[in-house]
Order: sequence, then structure tokens, then C-alpha cells
Amino acid sequence: MNIIVVGLSHKSAPVEIREKVAFSPAAMAEPLKQMLALPEISEGIIVSTCNRVELYATSRETEGAVSRLKDFLADFHQLSRDQLDEHLYDYQGEDAIRHVLRVASSLDSMVIGEPQILGQIKTAYGYAAEYKTAGVILNRFLHKAFSVAKRVRTETAIASNAVSVSFAAVELARKIFSNLDDKTVMLIGAGEMCELAARHFVNNGVSQVLVTNRTFARAEKLAAEFEGRAVAFESFQEHLHQVDIVLSSTGAPGYVLPADKLAEVIRLRRNKPMFLIDIAVPRDIDPRGNKLDNVYLYDVDDLQGVVQANLKERHKEAAKAEAIIAEEIKQFQRWLSTLEVKPTVISLRRKLEEIRQAELQKTFSALGNLGNKERKSIEAMTSAIINKILHKPTSILKDAHNNSDGNLYIDAVRTLFDLPEPPVDPRHEENPDND
Amino acid sequence: MTTHIILFKITLIAYFIATVLYLINVVARNEKSGRLARWTLFAGIAIHFANMSLRYFEVRYTPVADLHGSLSFFALCLVVLFLLFDMRYRLPVMGAFISPLALVLMIFAGIAHKPLLELNPLLDSWWFPIHITFAFLGNAAFSLMFCAGVMYLLQNRMLKSKRFSALYHRLPSLDTLDRINYSSLTIGFPLMTMGIISGALWAESVWGTYWSWDPKETWALITWFLYAALLHGRLSIGWRGKRAAIFAIIGFCCLLFTFLGVNLLLTGQHTFKALGG
Repeated sequence: MNIIVVGLSHKSAPVEIREKVAFSPAAMAEPLKQMLALPEISEGIIVSTCNRVELYATSRETEGAVSRLKDFLADFHQLSRDQLDEHLYDYQGEDAIRHVLRVASSLDSMVIGEPQILGQIKTAYGYAAEYKTAGVILNRFLHKAFSVAKRVRTETAIASNAVSVSFAAVELARKIFSNLDDKTVMLIGAGEMCELAARHFVNNGVSQVLVTNRTFARAEKLAAEFEGRAVAFESFQEHLHQVDIVLSSTGAPGYVLPADKLAEVIRLRRNKPMFLIDIAVPRDIDPRGNKLDNVYLYDVDDLQGVVQANLKERHKEAAKAEAIIAEEIKQFQRWLSTLEVKPTVISLRRKLEEIRQAELQKTFSALGNLGNKERKSIEAMTSAIINKILHKPTSILKDAHNNSDGNLYIDAVRTLFDLPEPPVDPRHEENPDND
Repeated sequence: MTTHIILFKITLIAYFIATVLYLINVVARNEKSGRLARWTLFAGIAIHFANMSLRYFEVRYTPVADLHGSLSFFALCLVVLFLLFDMRYRLPVMGAFISPLALVLMIFAGIAHKPLLELNPLLDSWWFPIHITFAFLGNAAFSLMFCAGVMYLLQNRMLKSKRFSALYHRLPSLDTLDRINYSSLTIGFPLMTMGIISGALWAESVWGTYWSWDPKETWALITWFLYAALLHGRLSIGWRGKRAAIFAIIGFCCLLFTFLGVNLLLTGQHTFKALGG
């Protein structure tokens, strides 16, 4: 039984194509059921996000299944295969396992380390569970994917540094102040980035917010949003010594905060450090201010630089994540192969048992009135013969699944004893995941 | 090979392992390595204590009269104080500074080892261990302060220049480093003061004068004034951050000279030669 992945993502298709094949979250029942109705498909999950649409399935006939799934994707959305083919990718077996684990661990995302994808896959799995299109293999596989994603997040720093400008600002503030709870933030001017950054600061513990603006009414409105105070623009500099973090974004053509004023403010603060973020273009704060001791002045480019450096860190950590994933793939594949041994052994036993029963019947009817004791004796003997014959091969099969010979032996047994094909749906097997 | 020598070597190995683990923690950002390093240090100081105790029992006086003993004891004080700080501040990155320092001290102690014969009668006083313990604990605190100062300057440079190396993520915030600077000062300064005072009282009991201006005493006093100035500056004028970090470094250099330079370069009552060690 193989795991198969078919789909497209932001890496292979532009948004115009992706939106055409997206599945609506409100209407997952129909596509999931249709997918499962396909003859080669035993289990199925549909993952549909703004950056990817992927189908995860299990099948015994991989080639046929891949083609079938691509047709399904095209037909369901009333597109032609030609339109989609150049954007679609497909994976089987180990590659499929690796792909899903990478996706769940956010290694395939636009921004490595982003947290949304895991939740999105969990939701997709939820639908499959609800409509019973996920079986033993996909159940186990998806749970494995979730735990691997968690491992990657905790054991690597792939998700730990800020990759957006406003988060980067908070992170920098933490490197300067460590604790933001008792700090004061001042917003100078207005602007979306400023407000977003301010909101992040407030969410991270900053309790005091001052707002100043050339238009006092605007300042008051914004201050109300943050439960802070508004300050008149003409006199905002007098309040600066109480402020630890400044977010500035006015439309002024010159500096609203010259360097010498900043020096004075730091003296008044008795050298308590100050973090200033100047988002305005042209800049609001004299860049020479950064030369002052205990003043940390960042403009937009500086913040972008921090974000770029963090992204590089994430990419380095991604290598660690790949190593974790490689380990986990091996583990999962071992489990997958045990799935094959048990049904084979069961099938073999069943076959021999059928032969035994047939021969017992023949012998008993031929022997006429046989005493109970004799009957039991013959039954016991034939049973014992079968057990003894099967004992060694069974244990060898079970041991062999740990190495590459495993599949070979199983195949050989199936061929040599002419065993019937196991039921396509592994859900009906007896306890296959008993390990 | 006597037991205490074996224990000494085991301690040295423990500090070496801790150093390697801390470096792995910093460079490869491996959290488990940091935890292991901490436990290795704990094990190390236990063995170190055992080593010092056995030496005491063997020679019947506090085993710090010679260069070997004092270097070894200083390493112990350093690691103990670091572990106490680590419990409060959780700083494996400081471990990456401290354990190599302890290791180097132990290596020099190992090189300086000579069998200890008889104790110079000058040292046969219970002032000896008191004076040494205060002095060394004070030194250890100032060593931590030095490390925090170096880290502060590194972190400050990165935040100012906006060029971040891998160390940036490992180092704690400027505020934390500054607070370590302050707390190690408030711990180290009284200890050093007690060290000087107990030294003076001891001198009185042996030589009849409290102070004889020998090089060690003089330099210890200079170092003391430096730290006193910093303490005053912090409390009243708002000295902090970069200035405090630089002071920590200058103070530590003075300290090194007081502790080692005087002994090795100059002559006077405090040299190990004079004390027969």
C-alpha cells in the first residue's frame, strides 16, 4: 500500500490557477466522497489553502492512482488536464511521506516557520475523519505529521525569530529592555505600520501609551484605541523623558526630533536606554541620534535588515529540520511495512487452514465411525503440523520487514502460495496497527 | 596516585566537558547541550569539594597556601557563583565564558602542582581561610561581572551597528546584562571589603600592624576604590549600561594584576615565595 500526493502550490502555480482548483471548506463532503469512490483509492484527504491544493491518498496501484487523482482534480473543477498538468506535481512512497512532513513543518511555505499551515492541515484531516475518508494509514500518517511538525518547531529555531517588521520591532525592544511590562510607548504621527507596531507592543505587555499628532483630535482618537493619553504636538518633546519606546511616522519634511534634543532627553532619563523606530520617509528623527549612548534608533531599512537576517537564520535551521524529518520518515516506513506482514501471515494461515479442513472432512467421512478420542487426536495432529510448518517462516517474515528483503519475502510468499489479494480497504483488517 | 589528585583530574575533565557542551550550546543553538553542561558543572563542583576536603585532611590546613591550591579554589568559587547566578538568570551563554575560564585556572593549577610539605607558621591561623574565602568569592563575583560587561559591549555593538552575528540570538537583553553587572557588584563589593578587612586583622595578629602597603595590599586597595567609584556612580549619578560594563572590565584587569601580577612579578609579603608555598 503506497501513499500518494498530487497537487499544486505557490511554487508551481500562480494564484489565478490555484484559485480555480481550491475547495471550499464549507463543502468538503462531496469532493471527499467522490475521491474515495475512485477505484484505485483506498483513503483520501484534501488540503486546500490559499497557497496550495493537495490530495493525499493511499493506493495499491500507484501509477493508475496518480493519473486518476489528476483527472479528478480537473474534472471536479471543470478544467481540462492540459490546463493543469504543467502546474501539478505528484509524489509516491518515501517522496510522498517526505513532502507531507515538510509541508506540515512549514518547510514548504512561503515563509519558512509560519504557524498557519499546521492548523490548516489539521482542519483538512478533521474533514476526512468526519466523512470517514481517512483510514488506518492516513490516520497514523497525519498524526505522525503533526508530531513531527511539533518536533521541528521545538527542536529547531525555525519559527523563533520575527520575520515581519512589526514583530522585529518588538523583538529588538526585548533585546534592549527584556521586560516590556512597565515601559511607555509614544506614537508620533499616525500610519498603519506605526499603529500595527504599537498594537504589537501593547499585546506584549506595554501598558502606557502616549499619542501625539499635529491634529489633536486624531491623537485623542488613536489614544482611546490603546487606552492611552493624547499629547499636544507642540509640546510632545517635554514628555519624551518618560518614554522608553518611540514610534514615529509623521509626514513632516524635516526632523521632528533633532539629535541635540535627544541628547538632552537621555540625560534627563539618567541614561535609561531608549528605543526609537522611525518609519517615516523622509525620516522624522535625526539619524545622528544613534551615536548617543543608550539610544537605539532604527529606520525602515534597518528593520528590514533585521527581518532578512532572521529569514537567513530560519533557512539555516531548516537544514536541521530536514534531518529530523529524514529520521521520522524511516520510522514511519518501518511501521508501514509491518502493515503488510500481518495480513500476509493471516492470509497464509487461512489458506493452510482451508486445506486442513478440507482434508479432515475427506478423511473423517472415509473412515466412517471414528471415536471422539481418535477424531480429536487427528484434529490436534493436523493443527500441530500446520503450526510447526508456519512457525519459522512467520518469524522470519516478521523480522525481515526491518530490512529491504521484507517486501521481497512477502511477495514471494504471496506468489508461492497463491494467496488471494488482501481486501483493498485496510480498515477491515484484523488489528493491523498492533505495535 | 593519591585520591585527591585523582579527584582533581576528574574535576578538570568535568570542567572541560562542560566547556565543550556550553560551546555547542552557543554555536549550534542546542538546548539539551546547555542543560547537560549545567549538570556536568554540578557534578564537577561536588568532586571539586571532595578534592579540597581530602587535601585538607591530608595536610590539616586549608589547602590554598600554594599557587595550585589557590588557583583551584578560585576556580571552585567561580563555578559555584556562576551556578548560583545561573539559577536566577538562566544563562548558558555565560557558561560559555565561565567554564573555559575555570578550565584554564585548573590547568594552570595542575601545572603549578608541587607537593605541599609544611605550612609556613605565618599561615597557621583561622584568619587564613576566612580572608581567602572572602577574597576569592569577591573575585569570582567580579569575574562574572567582567563576563557580563564583555557580553554587554558585544550586544550593544550589534544593536547599534545593526549587524547581527549568531551570538546576538544567544546573548540576553542589555537590561539583563546590566542587572547582572549591578548584582554582581553588590555581591562582590562587600565580599572584597570583608576580604581586605579580614586581611588587615590577620596582618595585625601576625605582624602587629594592620597595613603595611605591600604591593598586594596597595593594588587591592586601588581595585577596591575602582569598584567603590562604580557603586557610587550607579547609586547616585545614573551610571549604567556601557559605562558600567567598561568599568567592570577595567576593574577586572586591576583584579587580575592584584591577584596574579603582584605574586608573579613583584615581591612582598604576599608572594608565594615569601609564604613558602
